[in-house]
Amino acid sequence: MSGASLAFRGVRFAYPNGRLVLDGVDLTVGAGERVAVLGPNGAGKTTLALHANGIHLAAAGSVEVGGVEITRETVRAVRRRVGMVFQDPDDQLFMPTVGEDVAFGPANYGVAGAELEARVADALARVGLPEIADEAPQRLSLGQRRRAAIATILAMDVEVVVLDEPTSNLDPSARRALTSTLDALDATIVVVTHDLPYALQLCPRSVVLAGGRIVADGPTRSLLADAALMAEHGLELPWGFDPARA
Amino acid sequence: MSDAGASPVHRAPATAKLLALIGFAVVVVAMPRGWFGAFAALLGMLIIVAAVARLRPGPVLRMMAIDLPFLVFALLLPFVATGPRTDVLGIPLSVAGLWGAWALLAKATLTVLAAAIFASTTEPRRVVQALERLRLPRELTSIMAFMVRYLDLIVDEARRMRIAREARGFTARGPRAWRILAAAVGALFVRGHGRGERVHLAMLARGGR
Repeated sequence: MSGASLAFRGVRFAYPNGRLVLDGVDLTVGAGERVAVLGPNGAGKTTLALHANGIHLAAAGSVEVGGVEITRETVRAVRRRVGMVFQDPDDQLFMPTVGEDVAFGPANYGVAGAELEARVADALARVGLPEIADEAPQRLSLGQRRRAAIATILAMDVEVVVLDEPTSNLDPSARRALTSTLDALDATIVVVTHDLPYALQLCPRSVVLAGGRIVADGPTRSLLADAALMAEHGLELPWGFDPARA
Repeated sequence: MSDAGASPVHRAPATAKLLALIGFAVVVVAMPRGWFGAFAALLGMLIIVAAVARLRPGPVLRMMAIDLPFLVFALLLPFVATGPRTDVLGIPLSVAGLWGAWALLAKATLTVLAAAIFASTTEPRRVVQALERLRLPRELTSIMAFMVRYLDLIVDEARRMRIAREARGFTARGPRAWRILAAAVGALFVRGHGRGERVHLAMLARGGR
């Protein structure tokens, strides 16, 4: 697996009720790069993430994955290359056992038999859960379910991984396990989050999404240190956290 | 589902609307099937009510999809019913079946249309309050109240699960899809049940029974 580039060009999106969520988003993520998309609740982060694999198609502008524009014709091929990890792993894990769920994505693209089994075993091993293929998802802890959700897209051999609030509700040790899982990937990673220390830990580069546009783009450390920028867009560092020392 | 105060129909008390709906249904069901003029008049009345309420046809028609099984059954009747036959476009059809089909079609559609207009102009919680005022057993109304409270959450949960499936390249086609969809419905049920238990515990925690 290697990374593919991801480019949003002038992406606009409004919900059917007319509320404009994205108002011309321009963002280019290089192959293999790791970028955090920061913004307060309701800034449109999840909506932007859903554009990365064509769940939402841009109302205006375009989204490209590895140079291929996402259209109705290419969306199925794009979904094989871009993996989405949703905020609630229970949305993603719906089969009776974790193993069947990890097999679900590759099976949709025609992988079967011994290769499918090998992919499931490999994906679960890579997220550090080699023994749980026969477990029911509801028996796992939240941290395990989130890593299992990541395994479901690793099994598809994706080139871009988009994670929506991957650290929400995780305890510190589950966070650390998640970090080492993600650190081992050479895919392009986009993390949508308001967890600022985590953005700094995982992503050298960050952008700030506010009012449906990218309003800041730079090294994560210097963005977090810009107190005026943070305050203007409702981003608050946890008490006692100093980005310069972390 | 509705904007309170959007029209006189929306603002009318829910209990009155519910009684009117029940009365309307009784009249439609009891009416002899040969009274074509009366059926047309009732349909006209419903259309006027819908127009006053400024309902858009699309959503109301979608609600009426519940009528579809009756329609299919009604269309089958002339073919399967026995008795004297008549030729329609060269196809011999049962006379009694044709009458039965017309009656079912007209009565079911009118009643469902009336119910759809009622549902589109009345907030769900007001429907439950109206049923309470009409002395429906408390057990029934509280089950309905819970449904009203949690239905949106479950619908939303189902929508998020569908998006997560599609994100991994799933399209609902062919027999393989049935097993997947069945697993999804099962997962939704398990989670719905789990939520029910948590809600119950939360009620107990505040001294409920």
